[in-house]
Amino acid sequence: MKVFEGLQFRHVSSPIHRLDPRTKFIISCVIFIQAFLFTEFLYLIILFFAQLPLVVFARIQKQWARSLRGGLMLILLIFFTNLIVGVVSNDFQLTSESLTYSTSMSLRFVVLMTSFSIFFLTTSPDDLGLALEQSHIPYEFCFAFTTAVRFVPVLAREAQTIMDAQKSRGLELEKGGFMKRIRNYIPILIPLIVSAIRRSLELAEAMETRAFGAKKQRTSLHALKIERRDIITLVLCFTILALTIYTRIYIPIPIISIPIPTISIPIPQI
Amino acid sequence: MIEVENLSFTYPAGIEALKDISVTIPEGDFVAIMGENGAGKTTLIKHFNGILKPDTGRICVDGIDTKTASVAELSRTIGLVFQNPDHQLFSETVEEEIAFGLKNFGFQEEEIPKRIDWALNLLNLTQYQKTSPFLLSGGERKRVALATVLAWNPKTLVIDEPTIGQDFRQKERLRHFFNELHDQGRTVIFVTHDVEFVADCNPRVILMYKGQILSDGPAKQILTNHEITSKASVLLPQIAQLFHQLIDFGLPREVIAVQEAKGLIEELLKRGDVREGL
Repeated sequence: MKVFEGLQFRHVSSPIHRLDPRTKFIISCVIFIQAFLFTEFLYLIILFFAQLPLVVFARIQKQWARSLRGGLMLILLIFFTNLIVGVVSNDFQLTSESLTYSTSMSLRFVVLMTSFSIFFLTTSPDDLGLALEQSHIPYEFCFAFTTAVRFVPVLAREAQTIMDAQKSRGLELEKGGFMKRIRNYIPILIPLIVSAIRRSLELAEAMETRAFGAKKQRTSLHALKIERRDIITLVLCFTILALTIYTRIYIPIPIISIPIPTISIPIPQI
Repeated sequence: MIEVENLSFTYPAGIEALKDISVTIPEGDFVAIMGENGAGKTTLIKHFNGILKPDTGRICVDGIDTKTASVAELSRTIGLVFQNPDHQLFSETVEEEIAFGLKNFGFQEEEIPKRIDWALNLLNLTQYQKTSPFLLSGGERKRVALATVLAWNPKTLVIDEPTIGQDFRQKERLRHFFNELHDQGRTVIFVTHDVEFVADCNPRVILMYKGQILSDGPAKQILTNHEITSKASVLLPQIAQLFHQLIDFGLPREVIAVQEAKGLIEELLKRGDVREGL
């Protein structure tokens, strides 16, 4: 559940928080594209360090660090999967290249997580909904989206309570074989789904009693406006993107590897 | 026996829910935990079967430190019924719902139906044996949740808000049933906001306030003390309120039970000096 903490908005005042949500979305997209354009270790490490000032600037380092810690299992999974595939496809030799490659792949994941964190931690669900609305997406969809985002922490908390309640009835999640362990989750998933459906019906009724959809043309109290700072940021973003694409196509990136001697892994003879 | 020593607990989000709590609940005790919203009542009972583990201090259940045992192990002796039944109901029928806990605790195949019948009968649910728990009303679901825990007959029963959504008749049944369990020597602990229910049950009352125990003693003593109850946002039972206003007639202050009040008032009327008091 800790992974999601990195996506939970908290009210802080920072220059990043004040940017238009659309601008922040573009920043995240640019980082995203860059991370996918490169597999080189050098570039990804630069990208990683380039994001750090943004994180500090937005004062979200604590939540960001927490979500990374929550995602540690996934990071390790990516690292070892790549490493094992690298070793196996290379006659069971652990080479400097495959180590570097697996490190880069995990680093890429960290970069992507960070860009998500920057966006979601600094953009309130309301702003997000407003941004969608002003991008001429039908209000029903915007509303569904923001509601979904808003209910993620509620659901996470509820899942925890359900787990506690079932454990109090003697359910041991960690017991049994693989299939048994999967079946252990049925008593948790069913109440979770049922209560989510129940809640959504109640929400729909509550909305209708408050005249949801009575007027076609909606106005909002706060309108989003692209300010000068947004324009500067956007120009910067697109320049960086253009430069990256240029680099990708025309400039070879020096290969930096983690220097280790090649290690042969003995295969047990059967 | 539950021994709580200097227990403190802070939620990961930074809310300090319990501050240095020490309390002992001996075997066969009958306890109501009361207090305003957010006083830490539910947090405290979640420590009893090890769902939450203390940050500092310790809790021993029959001499076993809850830190060293799993929730499932502790739950065999401490049956905890959660406030919201929807957080635990998942089976196709009420009967299967009750069987779930029994199977988890390894009861014999032939014993399970007997215990199901017993628990259903106890909570007036026999007619719903084959019904889906999701089709029942809120109050009935609450009773099913209670039945699921009762079925394995835990030595200590801990119930969060048992009276929510129950009509008068069901509350009366619940009260009789609590008394019965108590008479059998079982420990019954419940969390509630329902003062009248507590006044009828007449248990030991632990009054909580902002993560601490404000007061601990017999219901008669605590629920007639205006000063501490109002601090904990608990209203006095109506009988206690009445007797507070009748203090000039020489009536005692510590009265919460209807029968006792009736006796005292009758006595007063027989004495015939009521008019002078007015």
